[in-house]
Amino acid sequence: MSTFYFIAFLSIFFAILVITARNPVHSILYLVLTFFTFTVHYILLNAQFLAIVNFIVYMGAILVLFLYTLMLMNLNKDNEPMKSNIVKIAAVFGGGCLLVTIVASLKTLAVSQPVVLQNPELGLVKNLGKVLFNEFLLPFEVSSLLLLSAMVGAVLLATKDKQPKTQPDGKLY
Amino acid sequence: MESFTNAIQAVPLNHYILLSAIIFTIGVIGVLLRRNAIIIFMSVELMLNAVNLLLTAFSVYRNDAAGQVFVFFIMALAAAEVAIGLAIIVMIYRNTNSLDINVLNRLKW
Repeated sequence: MSTFYFIAFLSIFFAILVITARNPVHSILYLVLTFFTFTVHYILLNAQFLAIVNFIVYMGAILVLFLYTLMLMNLNKDNEPMKSNIVKIAAVFGGGCLLVTIVASLKTLAVSQPVVLQNPELGLVKNLGKVLFNEFLLPFEVSSLLLLSAMVGAVLLATKDKQPKTQPDGKLY
Repeated sequence: MESFTNAIQAVPLNHYILLSAIIFTIGVIGVLLRRNAIIIFMSVELMLNAVNLLLTAFSVYRNDAAGQVFVFFIMALAAAEVAIGLAIIVMIYRNTNSLDINVLNRLKW
């Protein structure tokens, strides 16, 4: 039980570091740690399939994509201007209001039952595979179409134009 | 694995909701606070993950595998979204030479 609270504390801690780190590379590395704590949460819930997928897809693929994109850009100089103080305070205040609203709506509910794993087989690959290929077969096939279109779109967007259009004032648009 | 499963026995569902709400709020604050487009995008990922964790917790709570299948689809969607989003960010960087979203104000009223 205390494992959950320790990991939850780490999740929140690293998530705060993600949005406060000045250097974008540090920010991405903290995001990797945050996702690792989420993987531990999935293992604690005995959702082994999701733990592995989270580990491979999020930490392996998505964050490496982020890191490579950042490397393509020359951000060595610390050139990110932060927002003004009043905007910062407004942002934190607005986020706090959202949190207070959610927590207050949670308080109106009855005291919840503990999360008990009734069926230890629930999150295993065998069980999930049966559900995925029976009830959710059509969405599964459609998601392949989604990934294909995303790949085509990414290639189309990220390829450089042969001759960039030049405006009269010399700027590229 | 048995000890892990026993470790979770006593955590109330409310605490999972609370954790997800906090992480989601941190993501929202990140979107409002930062000006770097990549970090804003990472905050959106943080929000997606908070929702994923909550879906899994509810799936275990209700003993229904559909929730975990939904999380799997959300992950596939997130991968596609990240590929497109980063391609757009690369294009913005090529055209404006900066990742500052305040440069992108031409549609501003």
